[in-house]
Amino acid sequence: MLELATDALTVALTAAGLVFFLAGTVGLIRFPDTFSRLHALTKADNLGLGFIVLGLALQAESWHAVFKLGLIWALALVAAGTAAQLVARTALRADEGGRPTRQAEGRE
Amino acid sequence: MSGTVFDIVLCALILGAALAAVSGRDPFAAVVFFVVYGVFIATAWLRLDAVNVALAEAAIGAGLTGVLLLGAVGRLARLRETAPPARAAGPRLLAALAAGGTTLLLGWVFLTLPEPAGLHAEVGANLAAAGSENAVTAVLLNFRAWDTLLESIVLLAALIGIWALSPDAAWGGRPGMTQRTRAGGVLAQFGRVLPPIGLMVGVYLVWAGTKQPGGAFQGGTVLAAVALLAMMAGRIAPPRVSAPGLRLALILGPAVFLAVGLAALAAGRFLWLPPEHAYALILGIEAALTVSIAATLALMVIGPPQEAP
Amino acid sequence: MIGSATLYGLCGAALVGIGLYGFVSHPGLLRRVLAFNVIGSGIFLIFGAAGYRDADAGADPVPQALIITGIVVALSLTALAVALIVAHVRASGHGELPEDAGE
Repeated sequence: MLELATDALTVALTAAGLVFFLAGTVGLIRFPDTFSRLHALTKADNLGLGFIVLGLALQAESWHAVFKLGLIWALALVAAGTAAQLVARTALRADEGGRPTRQAEGRE
Repeated sequence: MSGTVFDIVLCALILGAALAAVSGRDPFAAVVFFVVYGVFIATAWLRLDAVNVALAEAAIGAGLTGVLLLGAVGRLARLRETAPPARAAGPRLLAALAAGGTTLLLGWVFLTLPEPAGLHAEVGANLAAAGSENAVTAVLLNFRAWDTLLESIVLLAALIGIWALSPDAAWGGRPGMTQRTRAGGVLAQFGRVLPPIGLMVGVYLVWAGTKQPGGAFQGGTVLAAVALLAMMAGRIAPPRVSAPGLRLALILGPAVFLAVGLAALAAGRFLWLPPEHAYALILGIEAALTVSIAATLALMVIGPPQEAP
Repeated sequence: MIGSATLYGLCGAALVGIGLYGFVSHPGLLRRVLAFNVIGSGIFLIFGAAGYRDADAGADPVPQALIITGIVVALSLTALAVALIVAHVRASGHGELPEDAGE
């Protein structure tokens, strides 16, 4: 009984994750400019991955595996956030005219 | 059944991404498709039960090759490369026919291969004396150590070739360009958060490589990626190619490997690992190789020195 | 029903064809390097799939080790080729070979 419940929850969570991935992908293709595309991509994909990780964590055999899944999600969040920020900054510079330049503020 | 459906969909995705990568107009988009293609191929390796290869493909085939090609696209765009003229339709058709013929031939050969014999049994029988429970690591570091030793020297030779392309004035300088990022900015923070985790993952992949999927090449690639990230985020400057420490790191792996091989030669056979010491020797060779692989791969991706020292 | 090994083996054969077409038909040097990598991974896939035809025995470790070696050598070659291309473009201003530049 409990097994059936966790299985059902896994299916529901991964399905929710897939919906977010689909929405993000549609947004990426359909939205008009870089910033709204980024919005669709990062928000939806991060949530989508989160739901899928949650769903898979319910099936994990050990806390060890749950921790690894969580680590994957956290790293993907950090990487996606950073990449989105950099893409947005480059796009902003390109909009302001001229080719994007690198931030120059002294060496450390 | 659902496995077959998955395989068919994955094969279609692989072929679609490959087509987009080789035939698209925009070079940047082509490289992005190539990276996506690499991730699909890595998934295919998982389906073929080859986790070691999947790790190598994801880290090297998709990751480092992607960074390398993206960097090249950027460099060529700055050099204002003129767009090459497109081929005429006639030769293109001819090329398509020849390529199609090659595919048919290869497919036919694959389908008519003799019954699988394989080397599972031989590897399995000798695994206990190999010093590694991971059969792939055992093959790489013990049964076919020649390949791996020469491979580590090929890496070094390629790096020397790349360095040879540096302008005379820049020889001995730092490869690539020193990156400057805003202190406290997003990229700088990222360069602070990720390296410790990446270091841990890289070392773990090497350490676990004798028991689970992983090994010197996968771990070394992760460490190279960490070094590249730290350089891109402006945390560390690329080392001078003439620095003695760097040179030592580059030859450490092949040198240790060769020394072990020669010591074995004194005891009887070149590159033979005595079973009672095989585990320790493999771990030692892998540790040294990892340092060299990480340094070589990172420097290959940055390219030859461009600034005067 | 087609097994995984057969499917990926044929997929590898198709990749060799796609890569070969790109390699021959595109004059841009960087694209040729990319196509060359597609050919390479197609060959790896054929090789790896051939080592997995006996699925009960699992994946044959010897092809796996050789493929890992191949992937690393392919990266070395790609890196050297990219450095050569950048040097070529810097010297000549063209991203293709002289015999491909004209008609």
